[in-house]
Amino acid sequence: MSTTADVHSLWTAAADIHLAADAIQAPKIEYAQLSPTLIVLAAAIIGVLVEAFVPRRARHGTQLALSVTGLAAAFAAVVTLAAGGHATTKAQLAAMGAVAVDGPALFLQGTILLVGILGVLTFAERRLEPAEKGGTLDSFTAQGAAVPGSEDEKQAVRAGFTTTEVFPLVLFAIAGMLVFPAAADLLTLFVALEILSLPLYLLCALARRRRLLSQEAAVKYFLLGAFSSAFFLFGVALLYGYAGTLNLGGIASVIEGGAQLTPALADTTGNDALLLIGGAMVVTGLLFKVGAVPFHSWTPDVYQGAPTPVTGFMAAATKVAAFGALLRLLYVALPGLRWDWRPVMWGVAILTMVVGAVVAVTQTDVKRLLAYSSIAHAGFILAGVVATSPEGVSSVLFYLAAYSFVTVGAFAVVTLVRDAGGESTHLSGWAGLGRRSPLVAAVFAVFLLAFAGIPLTSGFAGKFAVFKAAAEGGAGVLVVVGVIASAVAAFFYIRVIVLMFFSEPKAEGPTVAVPSVLTSTVIAAGVVVTVVLGILPQYFLDLAGQAGVFVR
Amino acid sequence: MNNLIGLLVAAPLLGAAVLLTGGRRLDRVGHWIGTALAAASFVVGAVLFAELLGRDGDDRTMIQHLYSWVPVGGFQADVAFRLDQLSIVFVLLITGVGTLIHLYSVGYMEHDERRRRFFGYLNLFLAAMLLLVLADNYLLLYFGWEGVGLASYLLIGFWQHKPSAATAAKKAFLVNRVGDMGLAIGIFLMFTTFGTFAFGPVLGGAEAASEGTLTAISLMLLLAACGKSAQVPLQSWLGDAMEGPTPVSALIHAATMVTAGVYLIVRSGAIFNGAPDAQTVVAVVGAVTLLFGAIVGCAKDDIKKALAGSTMSQIGYMVMAAGLGPVGYAFAIMHLVTHGFFKAGLFLGAGSVMHGMNDEVDMRRYGGLRKLMPVTFATFGLGYLAIIGFPGLSGFWSKDRIIEAAFAKGGTEGWILGAVALLGAGITAFYMTRVMLMTFFGEKRWDPAEVHPHESPRTMTVPMVVLAFGSVFAGGLFSLNSSFVNWLEPVTSYEHGHPPVSAAVVTGATVVVLLVGVALAWAAYGRRPVPVTAPRGSLLTRAARRDLLQDDFNHAVLVKPGEYLTRGLVYLDHTVVDGAVNGTAAAVGGLSGRMRRLQNGYVRSYAVSMFGGTAVLVAATLLMRAV
Repeated sequence: MSTTADVHSLWTAAADIHLAADAIQAPKIEYAQLSPTLIVLAAAIIGVLVEAFVPRRARHGTQLALSVTGLAAAFAAVVTLAAGGHATTKAQLAAMGAVAVDGPALFLQGTILLVGILGVLTFAERRLEPAEKGGTLDSFTAQGAAVPGSEDEKQAVRAGFTTTEVFPLVLFAIAGMLVFPAAADLLTLFVALEILSLPLYLLCALARRRRLLSQEAAVKYFLLGAFSSAFFLFGVALLYGYAGTLNLGGIASVIEGGAQLTPALADTTGNDALLLIGGAMVVTGLLFKVGAVPFHSWTPDVYQGAPTPVTGFMAAATKVAAFGALLRLLYVALPGLRWDWRPVMWGVAILTMVVGAVVAVTQTDVKRLLAYSSIAHAGFILAGVVATSPEGVSSVLFYLAAYSFVTVGAFAVVTLVRDAGGESTHLSGWAGLGRRSPLVAAVFAVFLLAFAGIPLTSGFAGKFAVFKAAAEGGAGVLVVVGVIASAVAAFFYIRVIVLMFFSEPKAEGPTVAVPSVLTSTVIAAGVVVTVVLGILPQYFLDLAGQAGVFVR
Repeated sequence: MNNLIGLLVAAPLLGAAVLLTGGRRLDRVGHWIGTALAAASFVVGAVLFAELLGRDGDDRTMIQHLYSWVPVGGFQADVAFRLDQLSIVFVLLITGVGTLIHLYSVGYMEHDERRRRFFGYLNLFLAAMLLLVLADNYLLLYFGWEGVGLASYLLIGFWQHKPSAATAAKKAFLVNRVGDMGLAIGIFLMFTTFGTFAFGPVLGGAEAASEGTLTAISLMLLLAACGKSAQVPLQSWLGDAMEGPTPVSALIHAATMVTAGVYLIVRSGAIFNGAPDAQTVVAVVGAVTLLFGAIVGCAKDDIKKALAGSTMSQIGYMVMAAGLGPVGYAFAIMHLVTHGFFKAGLFLGAGSVMHGMNDEVDMRRYGGLRKLMPVTFATFGLGYLAIIGFPGLSGFWSKDRIIEAAFAKGGTEGWILGAVALLGAGITAFYMTRVMLMTFFGEKRWDPAEVHPHESPRTMTVPMVVLAFGSVFAGGLFSLNSSFVNWLEPVTSYEHGHPPVSAAVVTGATVVVLLVGVALAWAAYGRRPVPVTAPRGSLLTRAARRDLLQDDFNHAVLVKPGEYLTRGLVYLDHTVVDGAVNGTAAAVGGLSGRMRRLQNGYVRSYAVSMFGGTAVLVAATLLMRAV
């Protein structure tokens, strides 16, 4: 990858400048404050060792226990840090200014870890797939390297191989996601982006059923992801050229005109064209990750092709991490540019809401429907992002927390509805589901109502918060478009409910598999969070409100 | 002591809750539970009355604040009760007559399999009515107002298997809705004017408000009163409401609920006093209804409908008196109470007759019942003498004062109102004599083979006897040393009216008119036998039989245009609204289908769109700076 080489040279160049200026200093690392990320990384590395040394039979259980323990420990670390005041009074930059430990970072890390635990539980589900010899199978292919339909594959299936590598992979992805919203310089941001993306590309390719579709999705995701990373990196270079620093706070002080300029870059520093173009390109890279229009086109294909547990995890957690990074970039590095980027982001938000909601209307596949719905939701969240106020930040934080649990829960329900070919994702199969499995249909209806933003669900509280922040931030037009888009969106959510409860079931329709305690836990947690955040949102809104200030 | 006030409402409310949710196991004792709780409420009322009696005239207001009901910013409404001289009168009337009618219903509804439910509704009515008269603010009053409307609806339609009863209930509900809108708007106006609903500040601050505002509020309250008290133009439901069981007619549609409008006007006296034009309208409405009801009462052959016309007419007297201002408030309430006694007694008598006559209501098929039903005859007779204002009985004292007060209004207005009141007294005498003669005197016009008239059981006759006592003595008792007027004066204020002629002349004229009415009725129905089939009658008679064409009027003026409007709106909804909605949906669907095609599955296309998007984004950002 040539881009990596470029980065390397840039990095060393930057380091050289530092060296020239100062004497060599041992880097000071605040291990305690970085502990959530470090714990997850450690668990991931141990997971790799488990793959190498633990007997195959014991791997699944070991990996599951290891992952859940690691994530839970990391979550405990986050809570400890927050309780110790690192979210508010003691918020600061750690690791030589590379990582911020502040309210938004801790809030989002906590959310990602909880969603990650739920994601891992769905990864570990082995009850749904009927096995040939009475064994139990998960959602992942027996051997990722085997060509689909080949003799190799059949042998692997017969041998009962399982791809338990997914656990370390998802842990690495989560580690990247933890750093992503906390990264306080552009390079750390980029590294985190790649750490979270690469395992996801792999995970997308590992579906047990419909492997070609799965692999196609992974390749698309990888190609487009690399493409967007290139934009991102180009933007980083331009911003460095402008500011002479990669530090987000440093860029902001250059924009404000209060910083010492680096003499070596005197030709370019302060050149606004570099700043504007670079900023736009970095933002592009992040908008790709959140799935905003016009960088959304990978979303439906990847969501549909990826194994459903992976889709659920990445739809929830990636969105949280990427919006966290976007918030930090816009609020910390580029606040001085507010009047330049706001109108553009308005346009993106409007386009995203409208396209997501409108195209979803004609979807016939549940996973694609949810993909477009996630695009529309990205638009709603962007409306909160452009509010450029502390309320905007806290409303986005709340929305992300609410949305991620609904998403994980909804995709977990999708894994349950199955026919002979695996999951039955075509909507026609869902007709009359409410008569066959009232409980599952009712739960799914709760998630759909939350997506639609009906009161007494978390979706309503979140939507209300972001629209309120947007309206107070002077973005009345956005709110109007958002409400109209919500109305359009409500149509297709409710249509699914109507389909489930008021249509005749098909004669050879899908059946609903009875999940193990793992998936049940995920769905139950999703419902509980959805309802609790819907009925009693104030505590969590306050929590998000306290976490609404970025450290510089 | 103040804490007892809530018990007044709580006792019947508990009864309603127990009886309506208790299920069949309460069928055997339900009616006694209901009666006992009504009686308990009466006892509490009596205790409180004794307490008030023991206090000074200025100190007779007791407030019980239960809790803050709607505390939203500047919008404050409490659940608070106010017991003062005015409300205690109502409390005693409602619980006293209510208890008697509960007792009566035990016998009357004996063979009805839904008797428990009936008593539940009766208790619900008592609770709501007590809430209405005890409320310390207009919002809570409105709650009670709607509560009695609900109870009335449920009880009119109690025999729901009869389509006529179901229709009558619906009619009462709908007509009342018009009046309730008036009350709601009146309360809104109060809130915008005074910033509160509570009686104290609203009535105390009324003087400071402009006359225009007060007139508007007054007219809205009058509209409400018209609906609840069956005054022209919202009178049409009362006659049909007689479809309900007779105890209901006696309690709700004669003695208590229909007088709520009078209560509302008298309670809001401070507002009306500041709006003389509205007061004139009130008096005119009362006068018109007084004649309207009396004329209708003359033509009806159905005993209950004749009495219903009479109720309308008597409430007309009260409303007219209330329209006279402080001169008349106290007399309006006094007539209300005496009317409560004798009209309830008359209805119970009518029920007793029907009970003995296989539920026959046509008076042309009665006749000569006085010997077969001696107790009913005696109590009904005393009620009859009271209502026509026979000197010395209750109705005489109260009605005579209203007529005097009407004359005392002065000027042309006074003469007209006085003359109408006087004429009404004559017509009252006429139609009540007619009822009396057709029912108890003359030949028997029923078939002895089919009908076996008999006196009613003790549970029914005892209440009738008690009410007869009230019919005879209440008026005199109230007038002794003007005790009733003095009692109410701190609440309603009182001015002594001076009629242009002396009071004795007015009284004399009233007695003369009354005797003329009785004589005319005797000539028409006493001397000659009553035909079993009604003669065709004059144009006026035929119109009066159709309630003076009230329904035809409503149908032509309100229902027809309403139907046309509805049809128009439905058409509009189908073509324009649905067209727009469906059109939008189709447009979104079409757009969606077209945009979906952009998602073609080729990574190269996606990459191009991303590239283009980035280019646009960068260009737009630069453009923003340039602008």
